[in-house]
Amino acid sequence: MYNQRVMDHFSQPRNVGDIPDADGVGEVGNPVCGDIMRIAIKVRADRIEDIKFKTFGCGAAIATSSMVTELVKGKTLQEAEEISNRTVAEALGGLPAIKMHCSNLAADALHRAIEDYRRRNGGAVGAGVAPAVAAGARAASGPAAHDEDKCPSCCGKIAQLGRELAEGRDITAGPPSDPIK
Amino acid sequence: MTQTTASRRVYLDHAATTPVRPEVAEAMLRFMVTDFGNASSVHGFGRVAKEATENARAQVASLMGARPEEIVLMSGGTEADNMAIRGAVLANAGRGRHVITTKIEHHAVLHTCEGLEKEGLAEVTYLPVDAQALVSAEAVAEAIRPDTVLVSLMFANNEVGTIQPVAEVGRLCREKGILFHTDAVQAYGALPLDVDALGIDLLSASSHKIYGPKGIGALFIRKGRKVRPLITGGFQERNRRAGTSNVPGAVGFGLAAELAMKEMEGRRRRLVALRDRLINGLVKKVEFTRLNGHPTLRLPNNANLSFEFVEGESILLSLDMKGVAASSGSACTSGSLEPSHVLLAMGLPPEVAHGSVRMTLGTGNTDEDVDYVLEVLPPIIDRLRAMSPLHAKVVAGREARKGG
Repeated sequence: MYNQRVMDHFSQPRNVGDIPDADGVGEVGNPVCGDIMRIAIKVRADRIEDIKFKTFGCGAAIATSSMVTELVKGKTLQEAEEISNRTVAEALGGLPAIKMHCSNLAADALHRAIEDYRRRNGGAVGAGVAPAVAAGARAASGPAAHDEDKCPSCCGKIAQLGRELAEGRDITAGPPSDPIK
Repeated sequence: MTQTTASRRVYLDHAATTPVRPEVAEAMLRFMVTDFGNASSVHGFGRVAKEATENARAQVASLMGARPEEIVLMSGGTEADNMAIRGAVLANAGRGRHVITTKIEHHAVLHTCEGLEKEGLAEVTYLPVDAQALVSAEAVAEAIRPDTVLVSLMFANNEVGTIQPVAEVGRLCREKGILFHTDAVQAYGALPLDVDALGIDLLSASSHKIYGPKGIGALFIRKGRKVRPLITGGFQERNRRAGTSNVPGAVGFGLAAELAMKEMEGRRRRLVALRDRLINGLVKKVEFTRLNGHPTLRLPNNANLSFEFVEGESILLSLDMKGVAASSGSACTSGSLEPSHVLLAMGLPPEVAHGSVRMTLGTGNTDEDVDYVLEVLPPIIDRLRAMSPLHAKVVAGREARKGG
């Protein structure tokens, strides 16, 4: 199912833990999908000096979290922002097709942590980053990261729930959506 | 699945499939190599094959208290469920089109029901279950309509092991003249089972769950009950299931059924002891662990536990590295991205459903196997929890309470 490199990062994940005085923290995923990733960063002179993660999720979720921390440690924020979920999967030598979307959100968690850092330090999210990259990072880290077209089973239902909320339906009233069977 | 550094191999996935008993494999070989005839042929080769198949049919029937002519041999439990439901609905369309089943059935039942609904051939009521995955007979009674033609209730659930009130529902269906199907794939051979005493009209059974070969199973169809065939062609199986008889499969299934009958009580007692030691040991050793399913109305070999704040596939991968084979209701292992429909129907929050592990014991397991799992599993959960942001929040909350 998983290749050796993925299993290596799963069984001996790098940079697990928390940073008590973190400069930025990002969290993505949700318990319904079964993946939650939390990344904390310490930034010095625009570089990621330290990075730690905590992940609730499957083998791919843990391995991608570990890999992303290894990829960006010591890199500048701009370099880190250019890393995508696909980059992480490639660095791991590939993931099973079904894992490519739902369990491959580690770069999104990283981008959120960087956004959080920028917000704390003047609020100019994306400052110093090419606008397209910054926009991409923002899009990827928001709920849109759960693309319902790619993940109709879980995220389609979450998106549907969101639409119903937006339409003002009282979801506590029960069906019609039956978001989780 | 992965490279194993384990000193021991422990198979705890007998609800998925079981090893073929050596004597069963040996009995089958003859009907592949020497007595390989087509059971439908007139000549001597055929007659030998036919006789072996009929002998097997009697063995399969005997384990459920049925008559041999009520047994239709086919490819397995999934085909049996398909034929029972689709075949009964099609054959009884003149009487009505309402079907009652439950939310925790195997997909072989659920997807067949959903297919019939989409095709406009049936209206289906999916009954809920309680927190222990038990369906109530009262709920079945309340769901019955004048046009109800079929009730399909599994004998015991394949994921959490809960044994359903089959006798009560059977009685109810008999009173109302409604066909009663039970998917007994997990129960057949594991529990005493009598189709007459339980009022069962249709019963699905599978060979590879009882130490027989894969690729063969049976549907019991009570004499006089109408079920339309799904597979058409030749006249095999009394016109109810076309296709050249799987003679070696039937021979293996028959012998496995005979062995299950002889050994049932001994197996049951041994498995219950192992199961309870495994469950109690894990609940005691690992905090935030809960048993899924019913504590006593439970298959003898099933231990299904949720380890909160961790995800099932991660547990399975870690167990696999230690040589332990188990399964999970986690989305990641179902191939569907959604956690088990059974655990969700029981009301488990999705994140807890994701952390479920099913360990199903078999005749080959020993006390040492259980000891080994009790030794290797707790550190696996500890390691994964140390990585889990959900667990971190709980620990932080506890520390805060202590501090306050």
